[in-house]
Amino acid sequence: MSKTVISVRNLTKRFGNFTAVNNISFDVYRGEIFGFLGANGAGKTTAMRMLCGLSYPTSGSGTVAGFDITREGEMIKRHIGYMSQRFSLYNDLTVGENIKLFAAIYGLSKQNTGKRTDELLDRLNFSSERNTLVGSLPLGWKQKLAFAIATVHRPEVVFLDEPTSGVDPITRRQFWEMIYEAAEGGTTIFVTTHYMDEAEYCSRVSIMVDGEVRALDTPARLQQQFAAESMNEVFRTLARDAERGE
Amino acid sequence: MDVIEVSGLSKSFGKVKALDSVSFSVKRGELFGLIGPDGAGKTTLFRLLTTLLNPGTGTASIDGLDIIKDYLKIRSRVGYMPGRFSLYPDLTVEENLIFFASLFGVKVEDSYDLVAPIYKQIEPFRTRQAGKLSGGMKQKLALSCALIHHPSVLFLDEPTTGIDAVSRGELWDMLQKLKEKGITILVSTPYMDEASLCDRIALCNEGRILGIDSPQGIVEKFNLKLYAIRADNMFTLLEAARQVEGVAECYPFGQTHHLIADEKFDIHRFTEQLEALSNLTIKPTKPAIEDVFIKLMKQ
Repeated sequence: MSKTVISVRNLTKRFGNFTAVNNISFDVYRGEIFGFLGANGAGKTTAMRMLCGLSYPTSGSGTVAGFDITREGEMIKRHIGYMSQRFSLYNDLTVGENIKLFAAIYGLSKQNTGKRTDELLDRLNFSSERNTLVGSLPLGWKQKLAFAIATVHRPEVVFLDEPTSGVDPITRRQFWEMIYEAAEGGTTIFVTTHYMDEAEYCSRVSIMVDGEVRALDTPARLQQQFAAESMNEVFRTLARDAERGE
Repeated sequence: MDVIEVSGLSKSFGKVKALDSVSFSVKRGELFGLIGPDGAGKTTLFRLLTTLLNPGTGTASIDGLDIIKDYLKIRSRVGYMPGRFSLYPDLTVEENLIFFASLFGVKVEDSYDLVAPIYKQIEPFRTRQAGKLSGGMKQKLALSCALIHHPSVLFLDEPTTGIDAVSRGELWDMLQKLKEKGITILVSTPYMDEASLCDRIALCNEGRILGIDSPQGIVEKFNLKLYAIRADNMFTLLEAARQVEGVAECYPFGQTHHLIADEKFDIHRFTEQLEALSNLTIKPTKPAIEDVFIKLMKQ
């Protein structure tokens, strides 16, 4: 079995009397594309915040990229990549400036930043666009750049939040192609999404309902297990009986 | 005459051509879907047809009424649910409904038969402020308010964006029921998998319509040979497949990659050439709306 990049055991988060995340346990391995699904209000966001070092669990334990989620939130933040819905770059900065900004935020030295910028631009075939304003790039390029920037500090794991929501089918495919490439290169990808068509691209998928992980397997095996034709059907079967709304 | 008739409709904002000579028509009682990504012009089209924007060029009519000349008459006949929640967050559920009824000069009871199946689901929360409802409930309230004056045409701009799969399913069920009551519905969505729930769809991209047909008719137009392929290493597979003679195109498609074969393609040669890949499978597959969309985008 390959290396574990995320590992959580009995992770629980309570707010007063409300148990947002109830005793969840799972592992994510190096180079996996792991889909993290759940209905609105299922506890997905709370769980995500703990995995990203933004909030500490009430009980339970775990590690992300080698750091303890009960104590080392700050270290986790520095060692993961994050890309929110679509792109979160500055449209009025150039390609080079955006890379420089995020490299600085992640604490890369000046020397390293220069080297890493060249490397990323080279890998994206973007060297000629270094001084182009990000706002004027086509959507597909922006997305590639946003992902590259989320990996500027070479994180072991990158969190993606509904990465292809609302984009056209061609751009969406360019995006997944890039994700597949990164995953085969050893980067672990953690995708949270509402959209089952995004889940279909993941190597394994977990589904949260009412604070618990109710299913976790490859899309194909989940479909088999629930005698469903698509992930959408699997999800609806599981989430139909959810007691919690948002 | 069809309920919605659109002919050569264009709209620009500065240099941006949001809508570029769009033409289509929607029959009475039809559930018609505008399917396309952000920037396709869906919202602009809705705003034009609901008379909230003036078109640049072209014409359109609702129930035979011109969107420029007869805009006031149109407003009392259409229900519009914008993409962003636009009810009053500090009014209660019930107050919002009464408010919208009074705007249209009707009583809530007048169209209760139409609204009730949807409103009943949120009625237990009728004294709650609308801003404090969950996403799914907000939407049910918005839909109730859009129906309160018994419109002949309902416009829904991306009603399923940002809500989970269960609420999405419920919404489409509600639309089916409204359609059975004779209401004409124009709905937009960026999600291709929702296309099959419409009677007819228009595939939209960058201000233009790429094709109009029934969902079935759209996929039948895809006349290329299509296979679904898989292997343990999906990226390696993608790159390797593209090198094989007879492979016109290969792109990721959910759990598989879709491979478009030309006349030189030979399935035995393909599996032979890629035999180094573990767990390689290839089988013919049927095109989905997205395959057609990609094909049309490339033309």
